This record gives sequence, structure tokens and C-alpha cells, in this order.
Amino acid sequence: MAFWDYANPTRFLRLVQVVLPWLTGLCVLAFAAGFYMSFFVAPEDYQQGQTVRIMYIHVPAAWLSMMCYSIMAVSSLGTLVWKHPLADVSAKAAAPIGAAFTFMSLVTGSLWGKPMWGTYWVWDARLTSVLVLLIMYLGLMTLWRTMDDPIKAGKAAAILTLVGALNLPIIKFSVDWWNTLHQPASVMRMDGPTIHPDILWPLLVMAIAFTLLFFVLHLMAMRNEILRRRVRTLRLRAATSAHPRSATATAQPAE
Amino acid sequence: MTSWALALFLRDLRLSVRVGGSALVGVLFFLAVVTVIPFGVGPDLNLLSRIGPAILWIGALLATLLGLDRLFQADRDDGTLDLMLMAGRPLELVVLIKCLAHWVATGLPLVVAAPLLAVFLNLEPLAMGAVTLTLLVGTPALTLIGAIGAALTVSLRRGGLLLAVLVVPLAIPVLIFGVSAADAAIHDPVPFLTPFLILCALSLIAAVIGPVASAAALRFASD
Repeated sequence: MAFWDYANPTRFLRLVQVVLPWLTGLCVLAFAAGFYMSFFVAPEDYQQGQTVRIMYIHVPAAWLSMMCYSIMAVSSLGTLVWKHPLADVSAKAAAPIGAAFTFMSLVTGSLWGKPMWGTYWVWDARLTSVLVLLIMYLGLMTLWRTMDDPIKAGKAAAILTLVGALNLPIIKFSVDWWNTLHQPASVMRMDGPTIHPDILWPLLVMAIAFTLLFFVLHLMAMRNEILRRRVRTLRLRAATSAHPRSATATAQPAE
Repeated sequence: MTSWALALFLRDLRLSVRVGGSALVGVLFFLAVVTVIPFGVGPDLNLLSRIGPAILWIGALLATLLGLDRLFQADRDDGTLDLMLMAGRPLELVVLIKCLAHWVATGLPLVVAAPLLAVFLNLEPLAMGAVTLTLLVGTPALTLIGAIGAALTVSLRRGGLLLAVLVVPLAIPVLIFGVSAADAAIHDPVPFLTPFLILCALSLIAAVIGPVASAAALRFASD
């Protein structure tokens, strides 16, 4: 089974070495096509003018921010249930990328909101739940940083990721409830006009390009994380052999 | 089974109310938060009575968050936690009992203090009752969700701040439905019972997820 074959980090690194150049090339091509289509081919919106082009960055980033959390949740299952050695590497590598996509969708959204809604931020249900998602990403990253031992940190973060995955639908539901209670007149949404194929195609190409970008960055980050752990192990071993008397003190994970 | 559960409950309760347990400081903190709010938003009684339920809920959330790091930390420091892990009792149940004792020591005093603090915020008797009732149902959920954060950060020296950051996003639904139910009782554009029952459901969900996740985290933190 291929899934288990790549439990060996060395084999995984070899696979990354083969796949990564092709994936990078595809990603560049997709971005070239996507940017060309969204800037030159796609028409202006009759109401929003040129600002509608923000959508080609904003919407894929928002999609990716959710996909990234799903990948982290699956990886966490891999850590806790199957104890796959690369699962916590994958989850850890995905968190900053997901946070970056979430941040990007928030920034582009508020830049889009200023000309359309007249304000950079509204406590709309969708915006609020994305903000909560960003806080959860940052909390997870902090949890990883505060623990020394990567295995322990990975398990702790996996538990939190899964609890978050259970809670995200509840948060989304309750934020929707809260918003309808407090603001009966909701803000203008982009689902008013049905999406015309001229706009839809560039959007889909951009979504593919963003997904490819995610996988390129994810594979790179996983490779870096594996190498970082190897360096850490080598350092620990070197420190142990340099001071054999204090070996037990160094080998133990510092709290 | 009940005897060890009761013994554990009484032990935790005793430890948290006696010297060094600092459970009742939470109520003082609650009072301090409510006292500070009028300095921030002004002494307008109409405004205060409008946002009163929200203030009480936020105060209760902050007071709960502040006390959470004591939930497992003290037991880990003196080695009790390792004994509990090795005792062969279901750890989920142990966590649930510890949370219950912690709630009785820190959460229940907040609920009892809420009507008194509501007087400061110019709430009517009906609103007072509604807020107290929602706090009674909702604060266990805060403690149980917070137990996950407390278990994850138990091995860290200064886990308190990180704990708050981890727990706050998960506590948002409880806050939303607690405040909505209290508001619904006062203004009634929506029935009181709908958000109140959802709040009860959230507490019950937290009673399942909280102990299971915290027990898993404690097991991983110990080895």
C-alpha cells in the first residue's frame, strides 16, 4: 500500500525530489493562465467595475483556508489513530500555510469590502468565522512552538486540531445565528448575480493554481521539517557524546 | 465505583477552596471586571441594562479562563496526576469528576454572585433570573471545554496565556447562545427556549468532548 510505503522519511524525500519540479512547473503554468484570464479575458462587473478582479484572489484563498484545515484534521487522525510517522509532519507543515491563506482571504476581503460596502470590516457571519479560523491556526502554531519534543507537540496539536474540526461547524452555525439575531438586514453578498461562465472559468483556473501552490509549499515545508528533525537528532546525539556524564540530562525532553 | 468518585470529588473541592487553592478569587475578579466596565462605557444606566447580560457573560468567561490553569497543574507538580493515571480508573471519568469539582469551586460562586452584580448593571428581575439561569447551564461547558486547554498546556511552565488563546475560539458558541438566551428573555423577538435549549445541548456536547480529549492529552503528556 503506497500510503505505508511513504512512512519511511527517506523514501518520502526521494519521492518529493521527483515530484516537486513537475508540480512547481504546473503551478507556474496554472498561475500564468489564471492571471491572464482573470486580468485580461474576464469582463468587468457591471456594478463593481474592476474591483471584481479581487475575487480571483479572494475566493480561492478562502477555499484553500478551509481545505488546509481539513488536511490538518486528516493528518491528525493519522497521528492519533494510525501513528503514521509523517502525519504530524504534514499537519505541522500545513498550519502556517493555512494561516497565510486565511490571512490573505481576510485582507483581500476587507480591501474589496471598502469600495463595495463602504467599510473595511463588518461583523458578517462569514467574516467572523474566518477570523475565528485564523485565531485557531495561530493558536495551533503557538502550541507547536511552545513544546520542545516534536512527537509530544504533534500529539497535543493533533488533539486540538480534531477538537477544532468538531467545533468549527458548531462555531459556524452559532455565528450565523448570532448574526441574523443582531443584524436582520444582512450586507450585500456576491451571490446576488448568478455567476456567468466568463467569470467562472478564470475563477476555477485560479482555484486550481492555488491548490497546486498549496501542495508545492506543503511538500517543501514537510521536507524542511524532516530535515530539521534530523538536524535536531544529530545535535542531541553530538551533545550526548560530548558530555557522556550528563547524557541522561540532555536526552530527556526538557519541559 | 461511587466511593472513589466521591472521594476524588471531595478532595478536589477541599483543595480548591482552602488556602492556596484560590478558587474564590475568581468571584473577586468577576466583581472587578463588572466594576471596570462602567468606567469604560460610561455610567448610563439604560446602556448598562442593555449590555448587562453580555457584560456578565464576558466577566464569567474571563474569570473561568483565569482559574483553569490550576485544574491539572497542581496535581502534576506534586505527582498526583501520575498516580491517577496508573490507578486503573477510567481517566475520562476522573477528568469529568475533577471538572465537576472545579466547577463547584469556581463556576458555581460566579453563578451565585451574578444576581448581585446584575443589580449594579440595572437589570430587571426577569433579566436577572434569565442571566443567572443561562450562567448556571453554560458555565459547566466553559469549564469542560477549558479542561482541554488545561490538559494540553499542563506540561508548560507558563501555560495560562496560551490556554486562554486556545480555549476562547472554542468557547464562542457558548457565549453566543448564553447571551442570546438572556437577551431573548428580556426583549423577546425570539423565544427564550430555543437558544436556551441549544445552550444546554452545547454543555452536554462539552461534557463528552471535554473529558475524552483532555484524557487523551493527559496520557500523551505523561509518558
